[in-house]
Amino acid sequence: MAANDTLEGCFELMGGDFSNAGAASSELKSILTKLGISADIVRRAAVTAFEAEMNVIIHAVAGTMHYMIIDNTLTITLNDMGPGIESIELAMQEGYSTAPDWVREMGWGAGMGLPNIKKYADIFKIDTVVGEGTTLEIYFRLKGEKC
Amino acid sequence: MLTVSAIAERLGLNVVVKGDVSRTVSGCYVSDLLSDVMAHSKDDNLWITLQTHPNIVAVAVIKGIAAVILTNGRSPEAETVRKAEAEKVTIMISADGTFELAGRLYAMTKDLQP
Repeated sequence: MAANDTLEGCFELMGGDFSNAGAASSELKSILTKLGISADIVRRAAVTAFEAEMNVIIHAVAGTMHYMIIDNTLTITLNDMGPGIESIELAMQEGYSTAPDWVREMGWGAGMGLPNIKKYADIFKIDTVVGEGTTLEIYFRLKGEKC
Repeated sequence: MLTVSAIAERLGLNVVVKGDVSRTVSGCYVSDLLSDVMAHSKDDNLWITLQTHPNIVAVAVIKGIAAVILTNGRSPEAETVRKAEAEKVTIMISADGTFELAGRLYAMTKDLQP
């Protein structure tokens, strides 16, 4: 892939659709692997995508996951129609979660989602409006990648 | 080097969904919190858990888990089996509790460490 080629795609996510949870992230992982992106970046990107996908499924009505590769940067953007995040500071604290008990019983909602995204992303941005929704932008530098 | 099938045989595990059991296992992670597994498991790890719902398959795929082992004789949900078959994720059941199984696995694998 030449430096200026753009590659992108989009997945639709349904809030509450636990049975398909992870489908978009698994598909993204397979696309990135096929593009020849290094295993380390694929691994990190897949974890951040899955955590972000789960946040949409747990908290929002619906959302989208969009990926784009341009200028040696992979950007994963999640846009949702959800409740928004009242306190980003609290949401970034490991162990803090607003997920309901039945979601916690499934082993989600441990308050590790956003901290995991921060841990694995090169750059990570949150834009949220309470009552409207949240946008996450997750960036990975592909400098030196063979894709 | 220990493969999934060798471990299944030595520990008497019931292989419910047979993916690639010739995979070499790199170690093991034990957790029922899915985000914890996402953060800390490694490629080709075995994953011991009590969770039986379909999301364990997605976590296993995303994290490159060699095989999932359910403890205390718990069975995966029907939808979990269907997804695991589609994704070729190995799921095995142990009659042991988590502590006992982890201990037996630890004893088997500690000599493999370089």
